[in-house]
Amino acid sequence: MTTWTRRHVLSTEDWSRAEIETVLENAHAMAEVLSRPVRRAPALHGRTVILFFAEVSTRTRVSFELAAKALSADVVNITATGSSVEKGETLLDTVRTLQALGGDVVVMRHSAAGAPYFVAERTDAAVINAGDGAHAHPSQGLLDAYTLRAKLGDLEGKRIVIVGDVLHSRVARSDIHTLAPLGAEITLSGPPTLMPAAWRCGSLPERVRYEPDVDRALDGADAVIALRLQRERAEAGLLPSLREYARVWGITEARVARMRPEAPVLHPGPMNEGIEIDAAVAHGPRSLIERQVTNGVAIRMALLYLLAGTPAS
Amino acid sequence: MAVLFGADDVRRAISRIAHEIVERDRDVPALALVGIRARGDLLAARLAAEIARNEGATVPLGALDITLYRDDLTRIGYAPTVHRTELPFSVDDRVVVLVDDVLYTGRTIRAAMDALVDYGRPRAIRLAVLVDRGHRDLPIRADFVGKNVPTQVTDDVRVHLAEADGRDEIELVRAEEGV
Repeated sequence: MTTWTRRHVLSTEDWSRAEIETVLENAHAMAEVLSRPVRRAPALHGRTVILFFAEVSTRTRVSFELAAKALSADVVNITATGSSVEKGETLLDTVRTLQALGGDVVVMRHSAAGAPYFVAERTDAAVINAGDGAHAHPSQGLLDAYTLRAKLGDLEGKRIVIVGDVLHSRVARSDIHTLAPLGAEITLSGPPTLMPAAWRCGSLPERVRYEPDVDRALDGADAVIALRLQRERAEAGLLPSLREYARVWGITEARVARMRPEAPVLHPGPMNEGIEIDAAVAHGPRSLIERQVTNGVAIRMALLYLLAGTPAS
Repeated sequence: MAVLFGADDVRRAISRIAHEIVERDRDVPALALVGIRARGDLLAARLAAEIARNEGATVPLGALDITLYRDDLTRIGYAPTVHRTELPFSVDDRVVVLVDDVLYTGRTIRAAMDALVDYGRPRAIRLAVLVDRGHRDLPIRADFVGKNVPTQVTDDVRVHLAEADGRDEIELVRAEEGV
C-alpha cells in the first residue's frame, strides 16, 4: 500500500489505482466505526472542518458533517444563502475569510468548475471538492466504487452502464475516473444532446464507450448508474419533454431485467422518480441507493482522515 | 542481533499465559480475548486455541485496530491505513484480555483501552504481552508476560510469528547493528 501524499482531493482524474484503493481500504474500516454503539473515534479531535457550500446541497453536506463528527472534528458551516456570499462577496473574499478562520480542511461545493482549485492555491487548509459545476465530485465516484465493489467484488472487466445527462454530470465524470482505473468497462448511454460532442463522436477515454440504445447498453451488464435529470434541460431544448425522456431512457423494471441476474441499480440522488428511474426500481431489491448514502459517510471519513494526516506544506 | 526467543520458547510462553489467564479470574464463560493489530490478533487466536484445548470452552475472539485512537496522528506526518476492528460479541460485563506482542511505552495500550470502552463496559480489562521491554511513558503494566527483556530505548524488538512471517522468533536488534 502506498503512502498517502495528497494535500487536496479535487478530482480523481489524475489518481493512481493505488490511491483509489487506499481510500476504499480505509473506508472499509470507517464503516465499522459507524456500526458501533458509540459512532465516534478521536482521530480528528481538535481539528476544524469548514463546510463551504455555495450551491444548494443537503445530502452531501450532511454526509460530510456526519463524517467529520464521527472522527471528532469540530464542524463549521458556511452556506451561500444567509451568508455574505448572498451580499455579493467574491470567492476571493470568502477564501480570505476561510484562511482567517483557520480550518484544517475546507469541504466545498461551487457552481463554477475549478473553484476548489482556486481556493486550494490560496489557503493553508486541505481542500475537498464536494462538487464543482459539471467538472468533478470525487467523493461520489469513490463511494460508488466502494458500493459496487462490496456488491460485485473485483471490478476488473465488470460492465457498468451510466445512463442520462452525462454532459452536465460531475458524477458521471468522477465515476469514470474512479471505476475505469479499477478495471471496469464503462458504457455511457443517454440522449446524444446530453453527451459531450467528442465522446458522442467516438473519441472516448480508455475503457469507456457510448451506446445510444439504452436497451442494448444494459444487455448483460453488471450494474447501472442512473443520473439525475435536471428538469431545466427540457426547457433548454435539449430534450423534447420529460415524459419522452422517461419513456426512452428511464430505468424501468423491464430494462433492469436485461442486466445480469441481481445486477444492482445505483443513483446519486436526489431522484426524480418516474423520470430517470421508476419508483419500483428505486425501492426494489436491486437498488443500492440507500447503501450509497451509508457508504458515502465512510468514504468521506476516509478522505478527511487521510488529508488530516498529511502535514501542511 | 540476538535471538531472545525461538519457536519452542514462544510456544511455551503462550501455553503458560493461557493457563495464567484462566487462573486469574476463574470465570472462563466471562472471558474474551482481544488482540491488537497487527501480531496481537495472531497471538490472541493462539491463546484462544490453547484455552479451548485446556478448558474445553470457546472464548470469544476479537481484533482491534487502534490507529484512529493514536495520540501522534498529527505528529507522524502521514496517515497509516486504518484496518477494520472486529469485535463480534458484546464487551459488556466481560473480562477482556487485551493481547499484544511487545509492551513498550504503553501508548498503544492506552489507545486500545480507549477504543475498547467505546464498545461497552467490560467488567475488567487485563493485558497479556509476549515481550515487556520496559521504558513506559504511561502508568500501565501487563498482567501476563511471556518474557521481560531489559532494552535500550534505541534497541528494536522484532516479533516474528509463523502466520505472518513464516517462523516464530523474537529478535533484539541493537541500534549500532542497523537492519
